[in-house]
Amino acid sequence: MSIVKSLTGAQAAAEAMRQINPDVVVAYPITPQTPIVEYFAEFVANGIVNTETIPVESEHSALSAAVGASAAGARAMCATSSQGLALMWEIVAATPGLRLPIVMPLVNRALSAPINIHCDHSDVMGTLTLGWIQIFCENAQEAYEHMLLALRLAEDERVLLPVMVNQDGFITSHAVEPVKIYDDETIKKFIGERKLNRYLLDVDHPFTVGPLALTDYYFEIKKQQEDAIYAAKSVYLEIGKELSSITGKGYPYFEEYKASDAEAIIITLNSTAGTVKDVVDEMRNEGKRVGMIKPILFRPFPYAEVREALKNVSSVGVFDRSIAFGAYAPLYSEVRNALYDLPKKPKIQSYIYGLGGRDIFKSEIRFSFNELLDGKVDPNIQNYLGLRG
Amino acid sequence: MSDKKGYKEIERGTILPAGTSREYKTGGWKVLKPVFDPAKCTHCMLCVVFCPDMAIPVIESKEGIQGKGGKVYKGWVRCETNFDYCKGCGICEVECPTEAIKMEREGF
Repeated sequence: MSIVKSLTGAQAAAEAMRQINPDVVVAYPITPQTPIVEYFAEFVANGIVNTETIPVESEHSALSAAVGASAAGARAMCATSSQGLALMWEIVAATPGLRLPIVMPLVNRALSAPINIHCDHSDVMGTLTLGWIQIFCENAQEAYEHMLLALRLAEDERVLLPVMVNQDGFITSHAVEPVKIYDDETIKKFIGERKLNRYLLDVDHPFTVGPLALTDYYFEIKKQQEDAIYAAKSVYLEIGKELSSITGKGYPYFEEYKASDAEAIIITLNSTAGTVKDVVDEMRNEGKRVGMIKPILFRPFPYAEVREALKNVSSVGVFDRSIAFGAYAPLYSEVRNALYDLPKKPKIQSYIYGLGGRDIFKSEIRFSFNELLDGKVDPNIQNYLGLRG
Repeated sequence: MSDKKGYKEIERGTILPAGTSREYKTGGWKVLKPVFDPAKCTHCMLCVVFCPDMAIPVIESKEGIQGKGGKVYKGWVRCETNFDYCKGCGICEVECPTEAIKMEREGF
């Protein structure tokens, strides 16, 4: 049983949190994330969930409080965007180090300066080396379903790592779409209880969380953390399969749209994928073999699978909504890396678009597809879409 | 090789048994060392309370210890600083109302 509701991406994330019914949600507002904790606070006020909400004075405190609650054994969550994530930074790194399964929706917004409230991916891309599992969502429906998947993935005994569930600021978070919400009881059963093998407040078996580890053990602890995020790759598929039995959908590492026989493929994250699919449909009608790939699981990155998906493609265009100043753009860099082992590599080029929330138009996507189809591809030139010269 | 555990053996997450800081002797960090003169001490316990490392041991003494003015202080009394943990911060010297503690350069 399921019902279709008219929801924004923020509401969809809050709906998932309602069904998860966490023990603790730590709230601090930041545009465009604010509606997530606002909607959730309404559930708390109306007695729909049993959650303890903790309003705090900053994002640094928000994630700190969630870490404390999670270490004590609670299921704890918070949500943020851009500057908020930046202020959390110290704790963002500590959370996976402590192996705490906190799920945090991240509503992607451009990082200051200049100050900007609109969507790009400069907030999340800076966190990629810190050890969170990263999941990207195209629309409100995915934002809802991936929250459920993320919770199970985070808390899986073989993983025990935090997960960020990304959705595009305003474009997804504030736009209303029909969202299918699955039956509360079924989801409750899917989510289950958080399993703990020990309790922080057990005075008979005391232990220390987060002690000092210098030259003696730091290295070993980090290797364990690395193994855990690699383990997350297969666990993600396993849990996705379980969720499929409820939703009837697949949960692959990346979505392939008309990609199997495509000559030219555009790879892009989040909401832009929807626009690219539209262009793919139009150009397919004109007889052009174009397709799209949308990464969903971005950390751990599925290098081998991306390589396999691209091995017969002639040209690949990678669309990044952020700059990695002084380096290849983040998504381009991963895709380019993935192709290294192919004996016959596709041509590849990088497009940066949409910084600070600038719209991307179908005409620009079509222009890129035509460049890729014409073989006008140079891996060493940085291309920009929608930038004034 | 090493007697330390490998990454497959240690507990997951940054978790240790409780109280392991006892094994981590930070006394080697100090530059200044508190020199305690029992003859000036009234066993008021201010140094004990203010010590951030709990490096001043306290015992219960029935026979008592001779302190300031030749008086014998019975009950809870402080002992010599535990130099395994004293980092030499000097807070005890500042707090001592009877000037029974003086910070001195170590090893000079």
